[in-house]
Amino acid sequence: MAEEVRAEMVANVWKVLVAAGDTVEDGDTLVILESMKMEIPVIAEASGTVAELRVNEGDVVQEGDIIAILE
Amino acid sequence: MFETVLVANRGEIARRVIRSIQRAGARAVAVYSEADAGLPYVHEADEAVLLGAAPPAESYLDVTKVIEAAKQTGAQAIHPGYGFLAENAAFAQAVADAGMTWIGPSPDCIRSMGDKISARNLMAAAGVPVAAGTPEPVGEVDVAVSEAARIGYPVMVKASAGGGGIGMSVAHDEAGLRSAFETARTRAERFFGNPAILLERYLPNARHVEVQILGLADGRVVALGERDCSVQRRHQKVAEESPSPGVSPVLRARMLAAAVKAGEAVGYRNAGTVECLVSGEDFVFLEMNTRLQVEHPVTEMVTGLDLVDAQLRIAAGEDVAFDPDTISVTGHAIELRVYAEDPKRFLPSPGAISVWTEPSGEGVRVDAGYAKGTTVTPFYDPLLAKLCVWGADRDEALARARTAVAGFEVVGPKTNLPFFLELLADEGFVSGRYDTGLIDTMRAPKPG
Repeated sequence: MAEEVRAEMVANVWKVLVAAGDTVEDGDTLVILESMKMEIPVIAEASGTVAELRVNEGDVVQEGDIIAILE
Repeated sequence: MFETVLVANRGEIARRVIRSIQRAGARAVAVYSEADAGLPYVHEADEAVLLGAAPPAESYLDVTKVIEAAKQTGAQAIHPGYGFLAENAAFAQAVADAGMTWIGPSPDCIRSMGDKISARNLMAAAGVPVAAGTPEPVGEVDVAVSEAARIGYPVMVKASAGGGGIGMSVAHDEAGLRSAFETARTRAERFFGNPAILLERYLPNARHVEVQILGLADGRVVALGERDCSVQRRHQKVAEESPSPGVSPVLRARMLAAAVKAGEAVGYRNAGTVECLVSGEDFVFLEMNTRLQVEHPVTEMVTGLDLVDAQLRIAAGEDVAFDPDTISVTGHAIELRVYAEDPKRFLPSPGAISVWTEPSGEGVRVDAGYAKGTTVTPFYDPLLAKLCVWGADRDEALARARTAVAGFEVVGPKTNLPFFLELLADEGFVSGRYDTGLIDTMRAPKPG
């Protein structure tokens, strides 16, 4: 089942730590966002494979935007 | 006094500084980024200059643009507020080189205090107590491990050039130190452009207490009481109070005397803060902030002084508007930093503000950067406003704070106002017997 990982707030994408096709474990950090001088890690909430990665470093994401899709 | 002063900052602090400049009869010039054009401080200034796009590097951190704006508007002096360029010695020097007055201490002073290791060594030499730590920068993780063995765990790992709690963490053992060291080094490089790391003995259950000093135009250094800043999340302050409920009169006298000595040792001019850790009746020097602090209002409320006015007069080479020999502290003041962040996990929450109602009443002061119809953007820190209250004693200040928090309404971004209701009802905070671990204790799962 596909799981959509969404941004919880408006932020800049500081670091992208995974690529499409990577296998990730529950709790792994996928992307690090930066907002209001704070780094916010975006964590996989289930184990699986990164089916799609929709952001690049330097992008601005809005609250609710899809960051990645896990399968 | 100056005729025109430029404020090289934004939000609540720009607004607060502008107020004192205008009260002193001078013209205040604001600078702003495209993201901040709608904020109150821009409209309240006598003149405002657009610096550039929202990212700080293209606006508030661009030294050339800020100095150009000052020249354009005929400013004779620049007030840096806090953050951004406030502790940038090169900027202070550039202001002087452009023929203007820097409202703050000398570039040399900023430089020697900005490096935490050099500051520690200078303070130790001046007879101010410091925690056991590394006397020079640590570049290699193996050196850090052997130094930590000498100092004794737990150790605090921090960026020598750092601030704002960024990259700081506590290591309890060698494994923890190895990972903390790497994290600190990466962040130190990224945020401060300097990978130097400092290790210091970590004091658990310590209070963070700081002394406000003023280096006067005639060379004297005076202390204006202390502030307790132990309510912290992510090593950043959330609430402050003065006087500290954890500092005895004897300890206070020792701390104030040490802070004056610290200021005198570096020939300090203008407003500065000597930060210390307090454990029982002992204290150690942590760092000196060579600028106005966010939490300066609590000192203003208990002393009745205007610190920004004092800064302006000292920079202009004039006497301050009060007698520095008869400073006294009356009553109790508390500041609550209202942040655009969720009240549980403290994660940032930008957004448009549709409702903004500030509390008022006896002893209530609100220093706000935003208003109804403005938008909190993700480019800057999350401080929306500082809610400050004064009472004849701590109980009255707490009671006024509860009423004021309940009367502060913000709709749009999430705010930490609900957290303050919790804080003001928390037994640890209310009793005054708390330390920097307070929020972690409040957030720990309750047994049973």
